[in-house]
Amino acid sequence: MSSRRDFLKAGAAGLLVGLVWPERSPLEAQGRGRGAGPVRPSAYIHVAPDGTVTFQITKAEMGQGTVTSLSMLLAEELDCDWKSVRTEFAPVDPALYGMQGVFGSASIRGTYGPLRQAGGAARAMLVSAAAQKWSVDAATLRTDSGFVVNPASKARLSYGDLSLDAAKLPVPTSVTLKDPKNFRLIGKPIKRLDTPDKVNGKAKFGLDARVPGMLYASLTRCPVFGGKVKSFDAAKAKTVPGVKAVVQISNGVAVIADNTWSAMQGRKVLEVAFDEGPVAAANTAGISRMFADLAKQPGSVAKQVGDADAALAAAPKKLEAVYETPFLSHAPMEPMNCTAIVRPDSCEIWAPTQAQAGTRNTAAQITGLPTESIKLNTMYMGGGFGRRGGTDYVSEAVEIAKAMPGTPIKLTWTREDDMRHDLYRPASYVKFAGAVDSEGWPVAFTANVACPSFFGGGRGGAVDSTAVEGIHTLEYTIPNIHVDWRKADAGIPTTFWRAVGYTQNTFFAESFIDELAVAGGKDPVELRRRLLAKSSRLLAVLNEVAEKANWGKAPKGRYQGVAVVNNIGSYTAQVAEVSVTGNKLKLHRVVCAVDCGHIVNPAIIRQQIESGIVYGLSAALKDAITIDKGAVVQGNFNTYDVVRIDEMPVIEVHIVETDNNPGGIGEASVPPIAPAVTNAIFAATGKRVRKLPIRLEDIA
Amino acid sequence: MAIGFTLNGAGQSVDVDPQMPLLWVLRDTLGLTGTKFGCGMALCGACTVHVNGSVTRACITPIASVTGKSVTTIEGLSPDTSHPVQQAWIEEDVPQCGYCQSGQLMAAASLLAKTPKPTDADIDEALHGNICRCGAYAQIRRAIHRAAEIKGGKA
Repeated sequence: MSSRRDFLKAGAAGLLVGLVWPERSPLEAQGRGRGAGPVRPSAYIHVAPDGTVTFQITKAEMGQGTVTSLSMLLAEELDCDWKSVRTEFAPVDPALYGMQGVFGSASIRGTYGPLRQAGGAARAMLVSAAAQKWSVDAATLRTDSGFVVNPASKARLSYGDLSLDAAKLPVPTSVTLKDPKNFRLIGKPIKRLDTPDKVNGKAKFGLDARVPGMLYASLTRCPVFGGKVKSFDAAKAKTVPGVKAVVQISNGVAVIADNTWSAMQGRKVLEVAFDEGPVAAANTAGISRMFADLAKQPGSVAKQVGDADAALAAAPKKLEAVYETPFLSHAPMEPMNCTAIVRPDSCEIWAPTQAQAGTRNTAAQITGLPTESIKLNTMYMGGGFGRRGGTDYVSEAVEIAKAMPGTPIKLTWTREDDMRHDLYRPASYVKFAGAVDSEGWPVAFTANVACPSFFGGGRGGAVDSTAVEGIHTLEYTIPNIHVDWRKADAGIPTTFWRAVGYTQNTFFAESFIDELAVAGGKDPVELRRRLLAKSSRLLAVLNEVAEKANWGKAPKGRYQGVAVVNNIGSYTAQVAEVSVTGNKLKLHRVVCAVDCGHIVNPAIIRQQIESGIVYGLSAALKDAITIDKGAVVQGNFNTYDVVRIDEMPVIEVHIVETDNNPGGIGEASVPPIAPAVTNAIFAATGKRVRKLPIRLEDIA
Repeated sequence: MAIGFTLNGAGQSVDVDPQMPLLWVLRDTLGLTGTKFGCGMALCGACTVHVNGSVTRACITPIASVTGKSVTTIEGLSPDTSHPVQQAWIEEDVPQCGYCQSGQLMAAASLLAKTPKPTDADIDEALHGNICRCGAYAQIRRAIHRAAEIKGGKA
């Protein structure tokens, strides 16, 4: 990526299109049902006289492929030569760009229409410029990979040659988009634009920011959540070679040195006393008991169909089950970090962040400067998974930089900092009851959920949707359903974790549905087919996965489990194939079918599906954050291990394309993997796993 | 006291604490940021470099221990992104977030230097220590097999 300065310099000459739709564009308004607030989409396209096309990427890149996919949308309608495309991350400008952050697998969903319109508008201006030059009707001209062509005269003009004239024309107010059958890029497995720089060390992640005169910081925080610094003694830390300063900020005490290692060494001998506060008494067993007690209390109703209590009382066969999942860390490969410089009248930040606007607002709050005086350089993220939607690490860096005005400060978290001061996937607990009728079909389904809330809800009966999504969103037709939730505050900070509430709730619900199938003597796929008869998209991916996985005909010694989910506007079904020998579990194969509507880049979809399965698998097989004396026990990958290359199953991805607006993809495949595996374990052993991570002693 | 070693084929001298890990010398002192910090305990492989041709975790390697030795980082793997593993990684479009990939590539290059035609089991053993949280493992495996072909002269 080139720098913003290069772009502005080049922008002095050539076509520069900044499009702002005052309200939702027609394509937007047509109906992606979810999350559609007023959208003010725009994109900057710069066509330089030499033919180079530069796109401003308004979203951040954490591996999900936004730089490539958003560029494809622009380039498709611009009809430029893909090889001429350059990209850079746009500055933060909510008035121009709308929402700048990457959450909820929303980037393609939010830009599919607007970016195509921006590309089409720029193309129309280039065509108009050629029409004027040739004195012909613009409608008679066409474009071909960076050229405007006159079919009658065979004349051709390059976009570069037209860019100066095109720049003088008004931006069209409406644009005719391509017929999808003429797409050259959208729907094709186009190579990622960020790959070359990511195989030779050139790609700049947040941690790679280097600013002249920069010093390096390491921060000691209270290990107990909510604790505060009582006092500290910096004398020993200051004797460590390279240490320049020790400063207290609201969240701890920072050691500042002329390199990262010296800052960490200084921190080792820094003496800090803390007021640990009320969370110091918390531990995992106590939290679990508190959740279980709460689940017996009345909750706020998230979904109610029919009369579940009456149906349970009347049904011939009932069952109850309790499920539980732990807190989880995101553990991206790049620990949290942020570089900042605070001057009297400005602040500049280099951050690997999912929350571009939030980062700027955070810095404005701390410095007291207007947001316009805060410049954010969006860096590549070494993984995000929801963690980098928080701005806690930005606050820390800006506070330290504010204490040392004019000096650029790079704050680097250690892995232990990252794991012990994460904002965690909430732990959760659910009590299910269900019943089947005399023919074995489910007639009642109730779920009492207890878990923390980070997304609002919990007061006045309002429900935090992230606490129950995956249960109250089930599309199964069951005549009597009751889902409720009670807020369980353990004092542990929580946030979005790739696929959010679905990560635990799809495990819970898809396991319990399997239990109901067993109780009624039904095949798990057959039962789901019947209950999803009215959900055509889920039914289609279920049928696809059953066929491709050869459901019911697993090789000898292997057993299958199935699970489905509808989240982020997409529909996903998975079949896992396992064998269990003694206490050895082996996951051989995962078959996944996904319907995410219109496809932008099938290669990136496959990557994201595989990626989500591996991410979910680490949680299913290995991971738990536990609490002792109010602090996190785990600290590094020796105590919080993740799936490695030798544990990879064969993953097969089948994309079911449908004529629907694009769905999200980054979080689509995470939820079903845990229940697909545990349902397969049940098929193999008759043992039902109701708590994650899977413990081998529970299935042997 | 100055510590001398060979870095990506050229002589290099640094005047730092002899206990400072090679990782931080590379990143902070010398500005070579392609080698990444992931765990600080040789648990994740993000900092993998070659010392005298062998896979080494730079995060736990005191700079004094490489005195007189030859260090290769991702920046020195090839001058023009042409090493077979880099070519194969591009063909297979392996990276997602990309943060672990310098380490994966260095581990893969070392494997191929010793084992020109690695089996899946060889790859499992050599790359077990390199975590990828994006889960690009299947693509990494395919790319290593492809790199072996490229290295063996298959176009």
